[in-house]
Amino acid sequence: MITPYILTLVLLILLIATALWSVMQDDLLRAAIALAGVSIIVTLLMFQMAAPMAAVFELSVCAGLITVVFVSAISLTRLMTRQENIEFSRERMTRFWYLPVLLIIVGVLLSFLVVPGVPSIPAVVADVRKVLWNERQLDMLGQILVILTGVFGIVVLFKDKPKVEKDI
Amino acid sequence: MPSLLILIPAVMVILINLPVKEILKRVAFLLALLYILAQAAAVIFAPAYLMNTPQLFALNLVIDSFSLLMLLSISIVGLSALCVGWFTLDDSNKKSDFVSLLLLSIIGMNGVVMVRDLFSLYVFLEVVAIASFILIALDKDREALEGSFKYFILSAIATVMMLTAISFLMMVTGDTSFEAVRATFKAGTITFWPVLAMVLFVVGLFIKAGVVPFHGWLPDAYSSAPAGVSVLLAGIVTKVTGVYTIIRLVTMVFGFSPSLNKVLLIVGAISIIVGALGALGQKDMKRMLAFSSISQVGYIIISLGAGTQLGIAGAVFHLFNHSVFKSLLFVNAAAVEEQTGTRDMDKLGGLAEKMPITGITSVIALLSTAGIPPLGGFWSKLIIILALWKAGLFPYAIIAVLASLLTLAYFLSMTRRVYWGKVPEQLADVTEAGAGLVVPALVLAAITIGVGIAFPYILNTFILPIRSIFG
Repeated sequence: MITPYILTLVLLILLIATALWSVMQDDLLRAAIALAGVSIIVTLLMFQMAAPMAAVFELSVCAGLITVVFVSAISLTRLMTRQENIEFSRERMTRFWYLPVLLIIVGVLLSFLVVPGVPSIPAVVADVRKVLWNERQLDMLGQILVILTGVFGIVVLFKDKPKVEKDI
Repeated sequence: MPSLLILIPAVMVILINLPVKEILKRVAFLLALLYILAQAAAVIFAPAYLMNTPQLFALNLVIDSFSLLMLLSISIVGLSALCVGWFTLDDSNKKSDFVSLLLLSIIGMNGVVMVRDLFSLYVFLEVVAIASFILIALDKDREALEGSFKYFILSAIATVMMLTAISFLMMVTGDTSFEAVRATFKAGTITFWPVLAMVLFVVGLFIKAGVVPFHGWLPDAYSSAPAGVSVLLAGIVTKVTGVYTIIRLVTMVFGFSPSLNKVLLIVGAISIIVGALGALGQKDMKRMLAFSSISQVGYIIISLGAGTQLGIAGAVFHLFNHSVFKSLLFVNAAAVEEQTGTRDMDKLGGLAEKMPITGITSVIALLSTAGIPPLGGFWSKLIIILALWKAGLFPYAIIAVLASLLTLAYFLSMTRRVYWGKVPEQLADVTEAGAGLVVPALVLAAITIGVGIAFPYILNTFILPIRSIFG
């Protein structure tokens, strides 16, 4: 008997675990795929919270389209060599120390900003299947086309890889 | 059957890439040609059929007269890009890849002009964007990858802004369809979240359209892409993903408001001037054409900013004319590069006697761009200036007129350097480009002249019906 509370807890633990794994990855491609995994878990959480439209959008945008974009971007770059990797990790702290500080300051300043209230829309308990296949049919077609284009594009770019490494 | 315009080319892409003996790869050109001609024929001869038949699946795709005009532009430019790409790429594998990616971007653009929902719009914009990144990087040399990467980064920023805007609008409205969001904007009260969403969305679209100050990616992407891809990008991709979407959303979803009009006017005016001045100083032929594109898109935006029905008509008409004459200029640039091996205008000269058809069609295109009668560009510029004048926006009208002189100046400079004067010795045995490059040039030139001469007919059949849907 899995109560909704336990399910939510499990999903949250999975979410944090996947997110941590994604940012601690060395391999960019695996990190991008782990990010897609994070999105899938967020989608499940949104279904739990009775927000089917938000869940469908989250699934389609983050798990589908953004992953295609990430993988296309990664395929346009090349791996750093081991030596470059070591040097880069060493200077990272000294070069970018100000970024976390800036983030905290901006966060504190933003918390003082007063924005007008957001109108709340009542939660809808709609059937997932109905939202996905009946209401957002055109989006499904579009996403299939996006993934087709992304996959085809990456195959085209990677077809004669030795040439790419020679030129760059 | 609007959904056929998406499903048929998708099936063709799958067919061309089936791992079956590669026969279909060789006929890829014919398949794509047949489809694009069929799309153009459907728009010209059977528009009522396209607009009114029931849907195949329950897809929410709607074609109105503005979409019809865009579908026609997509087929015209797609045809030119197909011919230029097929006859300038060297590797047969690259050729079939090019055709597949071209068909995929046409699917995306057809989707963009037919949807009535913000999220579906975003999805189809992504299809076009991803196809474009790969197309620009098709040659895989350093310049092409750099241009593709720049376009990619800026496009990703634009996408994030548009998605954020869609999420704000959904927060307020609960739905993403055009009518629902329109109802929110029509309600009259100016609330914070819809306005913020509108600002974000419009800025994202400005990045996609390549207007100043978001034009950084445009000259690099246009000039480093292969010839056929430049024709496609300049002729239709930025027009559909950027300019068409701005016109559609401003007229159908956000509605005109004094501040939005002012932003459009200022951005348009700055783009006109910066584009024209930027073009004056260029040595590379395609870079000059890229800056000229920025300038002409400024004309479309400034006409939209006038906020009147005449302004909208002028913007739409100039959008169509620009697709035609800009594609023609890029087709000729491809012909020159193919025959002489260079795009550097200082190294070229006297090509009018070696490549007469290219020379004459280039002159027709440049006269149309500068707005000289009786070509098509003259009429659309006239409508734009009239719309601005009648709306009382005299300074903007004067900027539009003076920038036409600048346009004439840089294009005459280009023509003098490339087509007139003495032929340098290294170009002594240059001949006219092959039929694959000359036929699209002739067709596009014929359309430019035809639109200009048959203007009253075009006005009544195509342009005025568009005004009524924005009533």
